[in-house]
Amino acid sequence: MNPAPPLLSVRKLRVSFRDEHGHGAEAVKGISFDIPAGKTVALVGESGSGKSVTAMAITRLLPEHGCHIDPGSEILFDGRNLLAASRRELRGLRGGDIAMVFQEPMSSLNPVFSVGEQIIETLMLHTRVGRKAAQQRALALLQEVGLPAPERKMRSYPHQLSGGQQQRVMIAMAIACEPKLLIADEPTTALDVTIQQQILQLLAALQQKHGMAVLFISHDLELVGQFADEVIVMHHGSIHEHAPVQQIFEAPQDAYTKALLRCRPHLDRRPARLPVIRDFLGDGCYHEPPQRQRGYQADDRVILEVQGLSVDYHSRHGWFGRHSQRAVDGVSFTLMRGRTLGIVGESGSGKSTLGLALMRLQQASAGRVLFEGEDMLALTPRQLRACKRRIQIVFQNPYASLNPRFTVAQILTEPMLLHGIGCDAAERLQLAGDWLEHVGLPRKALARYPHEFSGGQRQRIAIARCLTMHPEILICDESVSALDVSVQAQVLNLLQSLQDELGLSYLFISHDLAVVKHLSDQVLVMQHGRCVELADADTLYAAPQHPYTRQLLDAIPQGWPH
Amino acid sequence: MPHTSAPPPAAPHHHNSLTRIGWRRLRRDRIGFAALCIVGAYLLLALAAWSGLVASHWQDEVAHPYAPPTLFAGSAPHHLELNAADIDAADRRATSAAALDGSGATGLSADEDPLAADMAAAQQQAAQYRGAEQTRADSLPLGADQRGRDVLQKLLQGSATSLQVGIAGALLALGIGTVLGALSGYFGGLLDDLLMWGYSVFTSVPDMLLLLAFAAVSGRGIGTVVLVMAFTSWTGTFRLMRAEFIKHKGREYVRAADAIGAGHARRMFHHILPNVSHLLLVQFSMLTVALIKYEAILSFLGFGVGVTQVSWGAMLAEAPAELLQGYWWQMLAVTLCMSLLVTAFSLLSDSLRDALDPKVK
Repeated sequence: MNPAPPLLSVRKLRVSFRDEHGHGAEAVKGISFDIPAGKTVALVGESGSGKSVTAMAITRLLPEHGCHIDPGSEILFDGRNLLAASRRELRGLRGGDIAMVFQEPMSSLNPVFSVGEQIIETLMLHTRVGRKAAQQRALALLQEVGLPAPERKMRSYPHQLSGGQQQRVMIAMAIACEPKLLIADEPTTALDVTIQQQILQLLAALQQKHGMAVLFISHDLELVGQFADEVIVMHHGSIHEHAPVQQIFEAPQDAYTKALLRCRPHLDRRPARLPVIRDFLGDGCYHEPPQRQRGYQADDRVILEVQGLSVDYHSRHGWFGRHSQRAVDGVSFTLMRGRTLGIVGESGSGKSTLGLALMRLQQASAGRVLFEGEDMLALTPRQLRACKRRIQIVFQNPYASLNPRFTVAQILTEPMLLHGIGCDAAERLQLAGDWLEHVGLPRKALARYPHEFSGGQRQRIAIARCLTMHPEILICDESVSALDVSVQAQVLNLLQSLQDELGLSYLFISHDLAVVKHLSDQVLVMQHGRCVELADADTLYAAPQHPYTRQLLDAIPQGWPH
Repeated sequence: MPHTSAPPPAAPHHHNSLTRIGWRRLRRDRIGFAALCIVGAYLLLALAAWSGLVASHWQDEVAHPYAPPTLFAGSAPHHLELNAADIDAADRRATSAAALDGSGATGLSADEDPLAADMAAAQQQAAQYRGAEQTRADSLPLGADQRGRDVLQKLLQGSATSLQVGIAGALLALGIGTVLGALSGYFGGLLDDLLMWGYSVFTSVPDMLLLLAFAAVSGRGIGTVVLVMAFTSWTGTFRLMRAEFIKHKGREYVRAADAIGAGHARRMFHHILPNVSHLLLVQFSMLTVALIKYEAILSFLGFGVGVTQVSWGAMLAEAPAELLQGYWWQMLAVTLCMSLLVTAFSLLSDSLRDALDPKVK
């Protein structure tokens, strides 16, 4: 089909890891694919699918210890087998013909060198040019990746740049030596949506201009849709589907691909229950449940009313000086009983601080939080303890929010112990088991420790911990952001069914507008600590008033343009 | 890549707490496990010595002074000992020499000498003991000291003392450091400032000087040594715990504890402390090593345990005089015994750090 030999071809790649008990686990199970010169191939999969391992195998960055590449595997780059190349050869290739951009720009840049210095180093290592010439070239590169005031930025250190600027520097460094292949491993996952769009456009423009091949690794099918020529869908270490992007979006063959496309919430659909992978893997015939209507109704009762809430962060300045910064600035809203208010904003918009301030986990500096008419901010610590039970929070990172030294039983019974729910330990344990089953985990999980569970399961435990206290308001602070799309759908369904069943009111904080739209009746958009728009979900998405809201909506990855 | 989406492996009946995982890792680490066994053996011996099961008669003078170790009985330097018969003979020689002189120049007759009665009584008493003198060994497994005490027994008793001092001191230092560090790191603000000032004052004085100053003021004895060392060595733990508490108080699991209504004390000691306990364990083993060495130095300088007690330091204090005369066995025994424990303890700290670090998985 393709007369020219591909730039990179991976043949029967098998990688297995050995854990500390000596059990082997195959991370990549004999995959084969080609990357033609000058094309963009996207590798899409959830965590544990083996996509990053594949990329690391190509650059030979896998750890020597505990990792085994099957001797039958081959990775041919320009006809050379990378798996058999010497270290010397590899050093020449990496950063030269093959360049990489990683997910976390902050941790990929060396914090003690200026960014100019780091680009110059790359150039001098690979192109044998003098320092002067390298300096000139570095400046040109920074200009090319669109960094404002590149002369000044050359002398800046990584921490003085924003995340998006850091990623631009990483890209400048990657394209410094005119690579034939650029491997981008989740390059925009750590960035805000608007920045994400800019970086994607930059990558696409550079790819066109330099005629590079790009291997784009992502968990987000919608994101790669607008950018890739071919898409490879991986699941549990094997390739499920490899097709041109149009076919993936318009006529996906594989059940898993179909599921991935459907289980992410969409802006133009709102099914009563999101489909999950299992719906597609069965007989393959999935019927979407009826759509759900959202929005505050006239007969709703107010449960929480926030008036002019402000939060200041204080930092020390010198010996006695204090610096204060306003993180939340006069935000007001109303939450109705049994409804969901979505709060969206980019990082630094103050949306998380707002959630913490409502629970008094963060000191508010002004405003009132009326919980059924009672000002939460004016309560004494003693009164607050009783009130805390009624308003609970589910945090973003399920790996960090459960105490690793506690068993699930301890985690779930502690709140009941503190609030005097259940008369003795046996009853509390019984209740804990009930709640665990309620969130879809077996009762026998009580004896286990958090690290024995996956991210989605841990988030269920965190939700169960809140439920043990019979809260009336649940604040979900980016609670599904760290989860894979398929798991995210399951947790969203769980949250929805709990709301239907228990009449909970949610404050749903997220940067993901599609997810917020799926779950929210009303949406509040935050920017720089202020509320820029507050409206019913459908109204806001259909006719955004504020330019910032429009900008956010435009930045949502749309997948393959229909 | 972490296998996050994979279901957890079918676990056996008991589930894996982090402590149990750490223990399993330590078991696999051969050097660490050997070190643990050695430390364990020392602790058992110390316990036995402390409870009087072994080496309770270390003060008995069971051999001739400086009796050599059995293995080196032939080649070791010989000690000339004067016994009662020699003294009598020397006395007689002196008297007869005086008689030969004929002058009787002592100048005092028995009636005039005010000490004569006392001397007679003393001589009588001495005669009593002369008969009861027990037979003394010519050599001992590890030799004998100046007074003919068994070095092996002293060594066992000394190990018990040194370990007791080291462990008690380390626990006390750890307690002070942890509580102050936790308060300072958790609450921050003015309390943190005050504690940090106190800490800075403590650390600005050289350790040894502080140790000696405390020791000089408070006299000798095991209790004093423990207190003195704890008061001077809590600073490292304080800094460590302060930093850990600052780090952990912002973690989500602590925030979650706050959200469910857990108070400050519960968050500090029920939630955070178990999560930094592995550091405390490592700190404990390092402190114990350091304090055992400090105790040796203190006792060597004469500020350590009391004269009726024996420790490695006290034994080492006898070494300079002995070495000059060529009696090497006491020093060698103490040095080997102490090196073995200190090395084992240090290796154990390293292995513990590796095994218990929750990040290394």
